[in-house]
Amino acid sequence: MSDDFKALAEQAESGEASGGPDAGRAFAARISGHSRALGIAYHSHGTDWAQLSLPYDARLIGDASTSVLASGPIVTLMDTATSVAVWLKRRQFVPQATLDLRIDYLRPARPERTVFGRGECYRLTRYIAFVRGVAHDGDPEDPIAHVAGTFMATEARPGSGA
Amino acid sequence: MTLRKPLRLPPYAEMLGVNVDRSGDGSPVLTMPFGEGVIGRPGFVHGGALSGLIEIAALAALFADLSDPDARVKPVNLTVDFMRGARDKPTYAQGTVRRIGKRIANVDAIAWQDDRDKPVAAARMNYLIVRGE
Repeated sequence: MSDDFKALAEQAESGEASGGPDAGRAFAARISGHSRALGIAYHSHGTDWAQLSLPYDARLIGDASTSVLASGPIVTLMDTATSVAVWLKRRQFVPQATLDLRIDYLRPARPERTVFGRGECYRLTRYIAFVRGVAHDGDPEDPIAHVAGTFMATEARPGSGA
Repeated sequence: MTLRKPLRLPPYAEMLGVNVDRSGDGSPVLTMPFGEGVIGRPGFVHGGALSGLIEIAALAALFADLSDPDARVKPVNLTVDFMRGARDKPTYAQGTVRRIGKRIANVDAIAWQDDRDKPVAAARMNYLIVRGE
């Protein structure tokens, strides 16, 4: 299982277009529970980034008077996209916990639009991964939200080389 | 997004299974049950579900304190620290309004399970207040 992310990173490194059933399978194996309940799915990836999608769903509305999505599902989308980005950059799945996440809400998501979350791991140490990303609803240049956060590898030990 | 004081919880809060207890002296206390729909890594609550619960608690605290019935609020940002793994049991959350100004409200919120003094997550939020439209 852990080799899936190595293969996906190598695929991206070789310049092949991302996507395809292998990527979708590797992602689906790691996505369950809350992310699945929200309908979050794989979209594309690179060597240190992943883009996931969150389809519009009336169950996720935060304000019934405007039909705008709640901010919680967007936090989940970005938490998930950035954690997949860490596994791609590590080239393996490692258990990890979110240490902190900051999200700036730049503008409301438009009702009925799918939201995309692109997460990037820009720095990796044995214990800590530093991530950032944006959520958008079609145009990455016009983002809905910006995030920055850190993850901790929960099973890394001194000298383990992880 | 612009939010006005809701008459009932939004669909997203219902999806998380959130219950609100307004019987105490302080701001409302929210409860989110554990279940398949909020799981992250096996046996633990997803950080996103925890964040969602905490944001609803912060909004509940803010709306309880806002005296202006026409005021609406826009979330500006959220910073969450995840302090302990939240396990397979109910999670509670409560917000604390630190300051309500003319235009900005600063709200803290914590989430806990067994012991309120050992939070599983703590967050800070800034809201823009839009009055009298």
